[in-house]
Amino acid sequence: MITEQIKKLLNEALNPEQIEIIDNSAAHAGHAGARSGGGHYHVTIVADAFEGKSLVQRHQLIYKALGDMMKQQIHALGINAITPTEYSKEL
Amino acid sequence: MDAITRIKDLIENNPVVLFMKGSPDFPQCGFSGQAVQWLRACKADFKYFNILEDPELREALKQYSNWPTYPQLYIDGELVGGCDIIGNLYNDGILADMLAAANGKARA
Repeated sequence: MITEQIKKLLNEALNPEQIEIIDNSAAHAGHAGARSGGGHYHVTIVADAFEGKSLVQRHQLIYKALGDMMKQQIHALGINAITPTEYSKEL
Repeated sequence: MDAITRIKDLIENNPVVLFMKGSPDFPQCGFSGQAVQWLRACKADFKYFNILEDPELREALKQYSNWPTYPQLYIDGELVGGCDIIGNLYNDGILADMLAAANGKARA
């Protein structure tokens, strides 16, 4: 399962407090970007690693952790990357 | 010119650049189309670059920016982000100000 693989890589790289991955691929089946076979996923991740980092830097950390998965298995990744402090404010 | 030189040329000589799949009027991906809608909603002047027409630049920019997907928005030579971040900035009401500031500087 791709979602499991995403979760494993992000757990190893970022040691998140919380992580949730949703597979939205079915909603995009057949559109131009999905033809190459890459799926659409959304990840919500709460980690200390994002503290003091801009949105761009947070996303770059995630892309780096996923490495080659971004080339083939993943066409699009929605990202909600927040720190534990920000998360507690959202509750 | 190699691809990296062309990327630098584009982002340094245009205050707002959207690297996207397709063109603003005929986007080839929903995420690129969505990004265009937000920029247009802000009434921003922007330069677009269709990465589907240039495979070499398409790959080089991913390395240059440490960003593996498109669209990618650059303001004042800096990567702002992809579809998610553009949307966040738009919803927070910040995007229009960023774009206006960049466009304003270019005209001054």
